[in-house]
Amino acid sequence: MDINVLRQIGVVLGAIAFLAICWWAFSPKRKKRFEEDAKLPFADEQESIEEDARKGDSHSADEGGAKQEQGQEK
Amino acid sequence: MTTTVAETGKLPDYDYNIVRQFTIMSVVWGIVGMGVGVLIAAQLAWPALNDIWQPFTHFGRLRPLHTNAVIFAFGGSVLFATSYYVVQRTCQTRLWGGWLIPFTFWGWQVVIIGAAITLPMGLTSSKEYAELEWPLDVLIALIWVAYAFVFFGTIVKRRTSHIYVANWFFGAYIITVAALHIINSLAVPVSAFKSYSIFAGTADAMVQWWYGHNAVGFFLTAAFLGIMYYFVPKQAGRPVYSYQLSIVHFWALISIYVWAGGHHLHYSALPDWTQSLAMVMSVILLAPSWGGMINGIMTLSGAWHKLRTDPTLRFLVVSLSFYGMSTFEGPMMSIKTVNALSHNTDWTVGHVHSGALGWVAMISIGALYHLVPVLWNRRQMFSVKLINAHFWLATIGTVLYIASMWVNGITQGLMWRAFNADGTLTYSFVESVIASHPGYVVRWLGGALFLSGMFLMAYNVFRTITDEPSEDEVRHDEHLPAAKSA
Repeated sequence: MDINVLRQIGVVLGAIAFLAICWWAFSPKRKKRFEEDAKLPFADEQESIEEDARKGDSHSADEGGAKQEQGQEK
Repeated sequence: MTTTVAETGKLPDYDYNIVRQFTIMSVVWGIVGMGVGVLIAAQLAWPALNDIWQPFTHFGRLRPLHTNAVIFAFGGSVLFATSYYVVQRTCQTRLWGGWLIPFTFWGWQVVIIGAAITLPMGLTSSKEYAELEWPLDVLIALIWVAYAFVFFGTIVKRRTSHIYVANWFFGAYIITVAALHIINSLAVPVSAFKSYSIFAGTADAMVQWWYGHNAVGFFLTAAFLGIMYYFVPKQAGRPVYSYQLSIVHFWALISIYVWAGGHHLHYSALPDWTQSLAMVMSVILLAPSWGGMINGIMTLSGAWHKLRTDPTLRFLVVSLSFYGMSTFEGPMMSIKTVNALSHNTDWTVGHVHSGALGWVAMISIGALYHLVPVLWNRRQMFSVKLINAHFWLATIGTVLYIASMWVNGITQGLMWRAFNADGTLTYSFVESVIASHPGYVVRWLGGALFLSGMFLMAYNVFRTITDEPSEDEVRHDEHLPAAKSA
């Protein structure tokens, strides 16, 4: 096979991979899920866990972040 | 229903001991590495300083000591500390690995001390940023594999369903650096401290700069972006601007960076198409780099006022500004016509330091100022004013450094390529050295300012850790009996 055909295939596959990742990341179906995932750094603060237990649902990350963070229990 | 917490209940007993050890050593090695940097900057301005203790204090022997100390001793310790911390906190589980965990710490310290002894002795494999001879290379490989086991072992036993994006960046850095280090260091030993690379000629140069540029791309960029994706949201108190963008950012950055190494070898014996490929890939790299920078900076939207009162956050945000600046400068310098002017001049040195001081060191310092109070159970650092003073010393030092190197670099590039009408060179080389002297003095001053900020940090960290905290200075003491045992 001509090397240039291989190169063209490479460019097309690379472009498809990039577009597929963009589609996967930005699809509206997954928007909610990613918004939750973005709050992960705040999820192990003591306040967040207590709040989760109270509401049984997700919390506002703004509130969580404004509070002191909780490190560990020994 | 949240996807982030797999089970509610008590927080795990995080392993903060290893994080504390690496945090302290980051400050120590930062001062040592930058101190050697200031010394060799002074040697370039005042060459008599080469003779302090010949041949060990010669510039040629101390320069690799400086680069290894700041990249692998300082940067490496920061990355071990932050990655071990972030992977535990975002996976909500204790570090996995048993004895492998202390092995990474003590092994890494042995490598650093080995480097500090062998490099001034002139024992070097002569590969830039990979100068250490084969016994130390073997030890680094073993430590790195242990590091990978600890990191991915912790990810495997996570209690959350999702793997947070910072861990993706840390994971990519660990895997890629393992491959880079092992392949680039492949060599045939001929004695205890001498080996020859298995690659030769142009192939050796290409492997070396595939390694060298990806040390920048994965060690000094991807891993520190991992820091960015955890510590900027935490310090700003709000989640990252766009999590979707962070996913595209990750895949685009890691898949493009690996192609860019050839731009270090423009106009060399490297095949022309390889040079052009590296140039094109370097220019494309601007897009994911700026995507990440925008994602970090926009995390502050709606919270800009925090910059006025929080110098730690200022460190993090200004580091992103320097990151944006140097990731614009880099693609520009990789264009062959620009490179014809900049190659082998001080412009390259300035570019490296706008990344190394402005981006890597400043985001590290911001992350450490966030970490120290958490690790030692204090509400905040001993002195926020000193953090602010450190911020200004670091910023002014970096600006002096890179501005003087721009002036020097462009002066040198223009003088070297200047021709008379009859085809002879307008300037001799030494005339460009004389023209560079004022810039070398300013560069030394900038470096010295940056180093003095690190001394403020060391004092601030020392007082934060050792001062007996009053009741209101302790962070959640009812939950944290570890404060006393630490």
